[in-house]
Amino acid sequence: MARPRTMFEKIWQDHLIREDEDGACLLFVGRHLAHDGLYHGFNFLEGRGLALARADQTFATPDHGISTLSHRLDDIVDPVQHRVVKALQDNAARHGFTLFGLEDPRQGIVHVVGPEQGLTQPGLLIVCGDSHTSTHGALGALAFGIGASEVCHVLATQTLWQRKPRTLRVTVDGARPAGVTAKDVILAIIARIGANGASGHVIEYAGSTIRDMSIEERLTVCNMSIEAGARAGMVAPDDKTYAFLKGRPFAPTGDAWALAEAHWRSLPSDGGAVFDREERLDATLFAPMVSWGTNPSEVAPITGVVPDPADAAEETARAAMQRSLDYMGLAAGMRLADVAVDQVFIGSCTNARIEDLRAAAAIARQGRAVVPVMVSPGSTLVKRQAEAEGLAQIFREAGFEWRESGCSMCCGMNGDLVAAGKRCASTSNRNFPGRQGPGSRTHLVSPAMAAATALSGRLSDPRDLMGAA
Amino acid sequence: MSAEPFVALTAVAAPIHRPNVDTDQIAPVRFLRRPRGEGYGTVLFHDLRFHADGTERADFVLNRPAFREARILVADENFGVGSSREQAVWALVDHGIRCVISAGFGDIFFNNAINHGLLLVREPAATLAAVRQQLDAAPGTTVAIDLESQTWRLGEQPARRFEIEAARKRRLLSGLDEIDMTRQLVREIDAFEAGYRARRHWLFQVT
Ligand code: SF4
Repeated sequence: MARPRTMFEKIWQDHLIREDEDGACLLFVGRHLAHDGLYHGFNFLEGRGLALARADQTFATPDHGISTLSHRLDDIVDPVQHRVVKALQDNAARHGFTLFGLEDPRQGIVHVVGPEQGLTQPGLLIVCGDSHTSTHGALGALAFGIGASEVCHVLATQTLWQRKPRTLRVTVDGARPAGVTAKDVILAIIARIGANGASGHVIEYAGSTIRDMSIEERLTVCNMSIEAGARAGMVAPDDKTYAFLKGRPFAPTGDAWALAEAHWRSLPSDGGAVFDREERLDATLFAPMVSWGTNPSEVAPITGVVPDPADAAEETARAAMQRSLDYMGLAAGMRLADVAVDQVFIGSCTNARIEDLRAAAAIARQGRAVVPVMVSPGSTLVKRQAEAEGLAQIFREAGFEWRESGCSMCCGMNGDLVAAGKRCASTSNRNFPGRQGPGSRTHLVSPAMAAATALSGRLSDPRDLMGAA
Repeated sequence: MSAEPFVALTAVAAPIHRPNVDTDQIAPVRFLRRPRGEGYGTVLFHDLRFHADGTERADFVLNRPAFREARILVADENFGVGSSREQAVWALVDHGIRCVISAGFGDIFFNNAINHGLLLVREPAATLAAVRQQLDAAPGTTVAIDLESQTWRLGEQPARRFEIEAARKRRLLSGLDEIDMTRQLVREIDAFEAGYRARRHWLFQVT
């Protein structure tokens, strides 16, 4: 019998063109996804006089640099962002790849659009010039982020040189307590593994907690794999995956669907497959989480307090913790639920799909925002659906600002910024110093906690407002 | 991309005393869209290096007179984590940094570095803590790196050997262009792709 293989190994081998003696592997790229940052990759390509190799497997949508007030190109006031977004349009026209452009209803954050359009499929090797490409692994794909030179290599050859990463299985079992979201699950996982603890590894998430999750919840979990340092995150495809994909624009149809599904069903890791590392967590112990520091492993339950650097095991860790607290303007021992925020952001490829917006709206309908809140849906289709379901109305009535889709305040490249010294509860994925603007302070939260925080002006446990409606 | 070959280097090393230096700090997001040709040297560690009004922060290590010419960084652990932005590497090399020594690196940063001739050396965190202390005690101390023999040494201390994968070493030594190398494999790639398109034909359905 053949040696049992992990899902990762099956997909890797299916795309492996050659492996050199020293372990350098040339991989065929199934699909190349892109956003307005593709600008540098194309500049490199054209600078060398090369052509795009596979226009039919290249798909792009603008997200980072675009305005969330309007999706008209000429409403991008920053000339630099205007040039880059326009360059994406020009490159699509010149090189013939598929573009879901600014005014196309299929536009959105690239990691929301891929699954939504059915471009992301089980068994595929997907790359994109963005670290949160790990998101797409939620459908059973092997998907990872690459840099601009690698993007250029993919544009020119549809291949990529990589070394084979190691595998880490993270098994989460047990029923989540009420009010514990997928965001809380992944923050708890990162707290366990550490901010770069999965470096060099591809994570496969397994266990009953993950299997019980919706596809959108799995997307949230896989999205933040990179925050644990992982190369990619993945979840075995199952009936939920197939139901999610069926009927999507780029999903297979007719006879091809049956053939594709047969392949997909062969992907999950074989019984007895060996992972390089294993971690196990018990979801029954989880609580809604919030970050207190400046990397995504610095988190605690919302019911807890700001930890004390004096409790750190060694000097470097103590100094790093103290630096985080100084930057965040927090003192050890403070109750997290007492921390007042200046603003709230609901959006990003982590938490701006329709289920996220429903969760936030269920809280928002119970009050009015006492601080500025911006909601930016993950895609234009999500935006339209939220409007059709009445969610946009709920947000507006609660005083939340309802914007167009884009990366927005997750990284602030488009000018949606958190000012220096200001504190923002954000459903995004990174709380690095300056991530949402120079000097900005970010608290990572779930959509439900973000909405609850908006209503009280302090970091708030959403469970107090759940089931009350 | 072709890069300046890396063979040997003796240069001032600067200590970076914090772990988890993410690429947002190395190259803040608002500078990422300038054309590559305009240079990224001033972008490096921008918000740590400069005040909001653009003047230098005197206390930042690369602004201290002894470290202004540093071409080597001795970091802590988890250097270059986070965003995939290659601009973090551009900022380092454009500033003149050719080597970073750390207990660990972000995976994407690690891959990006090779495309611009930036040598990354892994050493245990405890070793690096001691080295950083010595750099603090004697600012301006040089580190000598020899890639061929895979060794580096601090000042007059004995040389230490470091590990590097053969393929990375070859590329650093030669500065060879990866795309040119791959393009020589075009027939192998085309043959692979024909098989792939046949067995995964639904991916290529015209919609
Ligand atoms: S939403 Fe944020 S994390 Fe996601 S792709 Fe955009 S900038 Fe990156």
